[in-house]
Amino acid sequence: MAKEIHKDRVLEIDDIRVNFDTPDGTVEAVRGVSMHVQRGETVAVVGESGSGKSQIMMSAMGLLASNGHATGSVRYRGDEILNLPVKKLNKIRGAKISMIFQEPMTSLDPLYTIQDQLCEPLMVHGGMSRSKARARVLELLKLVQIPDPERRMKSYPYEMSGGQRQRVMIAMALANDPDLLIADEPTTALDVTIQADILHLLAELQARLGMSILFITHDLGIVEAFADRVYVMRKGQLEEEGATEQIFHNPATDYTRMLLDAEPSGEKYAPDADAEVMLSGKDVVVTFGAPGGFLRKDTQFTAVKGIDVALHQEQTIGIVGESGSGKSTLGRALLQLLPSDGRVVYLGQEISGLDRSHMKPYRDGLQMVFQDPYGSLSPRMTVSEIITEGLLVHEPGLSQRERADRAAQALEDVGLEASMRNRFPHEFSGGQRQRIAIARAVVLRPKVIVLDEPTSALDRSVQKQVIELLRRLQKEHSLSYLFISHDLAVVRALSDYVMVMREGEVVEQGLTEQVFDNPTQEYTRDLMRAAFDLREILREKLA
Amino acid sequence: MTDMTVDNAPIQGESRSLWATAMLRLRRNKAAMASIFVLIILALAGIFGPMLAPHSYSKVYPEFVKVKPSLESYPQEEQVIPAAESALRRARVDLGAIDVEDGKVRIEVSSDSRDIDPRISRYLDRSSVFSDAEITVDPTDPKKGVIEASVQQLYFLMGTDANGRDLFSRILISLRISLMIGALATAVALTIGVIYGATAGFIGGRVDNVMMRFVDVMYSLPFVFFVILLVVFFGRNLVLMFLAVGAVEWLDMARITRGQTLSLRRREFVQAAEALGVSGKSIVRRHIIPNTAGTVIIYMTLLIPKVILLESFLSFLGLGVQEPLTSLGVLISEGAKNMRNAPFMLFYPAATMTILLFALNFLGDGLRDALDPKDR
Amino acid sequence: MLSYALRRLLSAIPTLFIIVTASFFMMRLAPGGPFDQERTLEATVMANLNATFGLDKPLWQQYGIYLSNLFQGDMGPSFIYRDKRVHEILAEGLPISVQLGATALILALVLGALLGSIAALRQNTKTDFAVIAVATFGITVPNFVVAPVLSLVFAVILSWLPAQGWGQWNQMILPVIALALPQIAVVTRLIRGSMIEALRSDHVRTARAYGLPTHMVVGKHALRAAILPAISYLGPAAAALLTGSIVVEQVFNLPGIGRYFVIGALNRDYTLVMGTVVIVAVFVVVFNLIVDLLYAVLDPRVRYD
Repeated sequence: MAKEIHKDRVLEIDDIRVNFDTPDGTVEAVRGVSMHVQRGETVAVVGESGSGKSQIMMSAMGLLASNGHATGSVRYRGDEILNLPVKKLNKIRGAKISMIFQEPMTSLDPLYTIQDQLCEPLMVHGGMSRSKARARVLELLKLVQIPDPERRMKSYPYEMSGGQRQRVMIAMALANDPDLLIADEPTTALDVTIQADILHLLAELQARLGMSILFITHDLGIVEAFADRVYVMRKGQLEEEGATEQIFHNPATDYTRMLLDAEPSGEKYAPDADAEVMLSGKDVVVTFGAPGGFLRKDTQFTAVKGIDVALHQEQTIGIVGESGSGKSTLGRALLQLLPSDGRVVYLGQEISGLDRSHMKPYRDGLQMVFQDPYGSLSPRMTVSEIITEGLLVHEPGLSQRERADRAAQALEDVGLEASMRNRFPHEFSGGQRQRIAIARAVVLRPKVIVLDEPTSALDRSVQKQVIELLRRLQKEHSLSYLFISHDLAVVRALSDYVMVMREGEVVEQGLTEQVFDNPTQEYTRDLMRAAFDLREILREKLA
Repeated sequence: MTDMTVDNAPIQGESRSLWATAMLRLRRNKAAMASIFVLIILALAGIFGPMLAPHSYSKVYPEFVKVKPSLESYPQEEQVIPAAESALRRARVDLGAIDVEDGKVRIEVSSDSRDIDPRISRYLDRSSVFSDAEITVDPTDPKKGVIEASVQQLYFLMGTDANGRDLFSRILISLRISLMIGALATAVALTIGVIYGATAGFIGGRVDNVMMRFVDVMYSLPFVFFVILLVVFFGRNLVLMFLAVGAVEWLDMARITRGQTLSLRRREFVQAAEALGVSGKSIVRRHIIPNTAGTVIIYMTLLIPKVILLESFLSFLGLGVQEPLTSLGVLISEGAKNMRNAPFMLFYPAATMTILLFALNFLGDGLRDALDPKDR
Repeated sequence: MLSYALRRLLSAIPTLFIIVTASFFMMRLAPGGPFDQERTLEATVMANLNATFGLDKPLWQQYGIYLSNLFQGDMGPSFIYRDKRVHEILAEGLPISVQLGATALILALVLGALLGSIAALRQNTKTDFAVIAVATFGITVPNFVVAPVLSLVFAVILSWLPAQGWGQWNQMILPVIALALPQIAVVTRLIRGSMIEALRSDHVRTARAYGLPTHMVVGKHALRAAILPAISYLGPAAAALLTGSIVVEQVFNLPGIGRYFVIGALNRDYTLVMGTVVIVAVFVVVFNLIVDLLYAVLDPRVRYD
């Protein structure tokens, strides 16, 4: 079959298939996908985890893990580049096509300065001398708006923040004026406000330099704000493609519709003002590290700086904040899982400072669900052992039979089949594991549950189910939630009261509607805009 | 909403724990399975070999010092006559024709001066070459006689050592000793190390600091000096020796367990257990120990060869087990001394040791690959 | 950095003190004494000997004298080599042990890094398996087998190299190989493991994605990260190598200090044993410090202040 050559297509991918050999057999990660990128175009590839979207780009760039194989065709301006020998491929990658990655923390070599790393592609591809390359590095750092670039050139990656590192990566990507920039989830690991900045920078640079961008993401909000055209992927196959407008307004498949629908929705009404106070904290302070001493540096760091909180029955308080704001620390301190100062009262009983054994009688009423569904379940215990562990502690009188019944009931409560109880955590998907973690908490019939980013590690569609579940459980069991999250959309859907935290302090708090619709603080406003009005930000600044 | 139920889909197939998965993976590793097979054979050889071996490990054959390994029996044809001659030298009789036939020897003896004393047949019996010696004195001439004796058929598959002991039997008994020391000293090291490390890691803080500082100090002690001192202390007693070896080797184990415990403590499932109100003891039992077990097992298979090496090293220095008992290290050391004229004395023990250690190392590697699904 | 080094050296003093104290009393608690072999001696002569060496004083007093002498660089008189002080004995042997050990160490690091990198780059190929097999062999076969076999093959059978002795350069070859072999094997395995990990790391992926030639990706980015674990292994290993190997010195008849560990302990030569303990402890402490400082040089994230 003669292939048509499209001169204006920077990248063309035909029927690419990617397989991985694993000890447990071959895994088909990508099953015949075709796509292309036009000159100057911004194309988004969107899909949930495991859809194979990243693996396509990895194989195109010759970066597959050693157990992966790719077949099909990838052409750069009509020339085949898939499975090219490294030497030939090296003429393209870094020069004509460059790439930025998800993890700005680890994508730069921690052992070399920014300048060293940025000079390398310039010297290798552009044949520049070191001094010439250095001048160009400075220029690039200015281009990506790194403050104080002369000094920053000599910094090591660990001395920079995540956002700055991603700017450095972008500078590196632009070093040799590439035709195509592949961005693999470049903002996923960043806080929302920084995400907005980075996206804005990318849009601006594209407008100025005219390269094409291929953007891989799971975040439809970014796609809508940023891309001209979209490919939707699912389980290694292309679900549909089209112009952004069209996909968002007229999705052709159920799956795309479901993805678009998965944006958390709904709201929570506040309980009566005179509802009983379940858990309250007064002037909670958490300090890490040790004070300085003879020949020793002071490593003390106050993560939570005197916060008051009162959680009423059936209330959900959302605690939002960016990474490092101290929100998780606060949650753990309230449950006495961390040593803290201040007064914490549960059902009229002061529990602050109680040790493990004195805390035990209160633990069944105060439960917690953690962020990482892969790390929060003991890997060598069965689901039923995991769920009944708390019953062994708090209701030792139960017979084995009764415990099994309670476990089955709890599994049913969270929408899992009781027949799954003899399986091990590693056999479940992320969403299912989170359900198990929730079952472990509700089996004790708690009154208060601290939810620490319970939906952050999940895909949007799964997230939505977990939110529904939490909502239903709250109603059925009159639960009070302390919901900790950086995801404003989820917080808005679940909580009736919001506290915005920053650097260990509460910046603003109030009823959800009030905080979300009429934020009074500058910081809250920035946060809201970055989360909900990404499109406006990009448009406004470009204009 | 066709896809909303995906997340609740029941999983297919048989349920497998991480252990079962690891065992499956191990079974696919040919080198590790071969190692297990070899180890079983060596262990059986060590346990039952000495009982079944044709020679006792301590039996000395003075006529057969440093004989070469051979599949044929000793004495060889040409050795019989000189052996008979030397055995009868002290009988003070003249030897006539000596015939060797079908594992029997027939010796004509005569004397010029006196009658043949029938008791001289004992000289032959005394030699390990001959047995059942019988003398028939010529009824017509008491100064003449014929001695008939069976020639022993001794097999020295791997030759004999400098004292004339069967090397094969000695290797079997040394295998037993080495494996025993390997297993018991490892058990000692494991017990001390795991308890010490887990305690330090779980309590943390100042206790951990002090406990680990002690380990650091122990590390800075010259290791050899320490073992030698312990051996000197306890005397050369087998049981006490592997206690000593184990007591020295626990340091690594303690460090590893402590590191594991510390990192497990930070894992969310341990925090979750704390949030459930599970007691410290139960957390250690249900959450920490099962999850350190993989590392401990891997380390154990690597510790056994280390311990065996250490014992051999001590034996090499002459501080190990005492004669006539022996260990691979003793045999290798003797072999090294005699390697110029009897290289097999070095070769067989060294080969046995190498096979044993290879098998243990490959098994350890295989276990690590199987238990640590990071997939190197 | 300098202040860190100083601080570490200062904090080594209590460690050394504990080691000296512990081994002093442990040694004394062990049954037997330095003059046991001379049991035939009359009681008066024995008492005389004890008095000459200060063994008649109470133990704590002996300890005090030993400490104060040690502080002045005097390790006391040897009980078996009666005409010498312990530090003189050790000073004669140490340069030889250090020279051997250092050569073996460098050989181990260079060859280990090379072999380990090659194996990692060719993971799961025949080359890789060959390197692993050789490395496993090097770890498994004890040096009291390797050393005599080397001597047999190259000195006795082939007569290429001298079998023993010290002084000429070619007398160093066999002992260095015997010393280095197990270390090469360990370093190879370490580097292979950490190299495989490094090659999979995100920043190496970045280097490859930017079209850097393979020698840069491996030599500059992967190897520097991969060598760190090997360095922290080599710290204690260096201390052990430089203070002499009992086996190698015995087989090749070298006048290093390794043999004094055994001679001293077996003969209850208290001061000689203490001398070896102090030397080893100092080397361990110093090399741990060197490793930490090297780490800081190689890894800018590590900062000591």
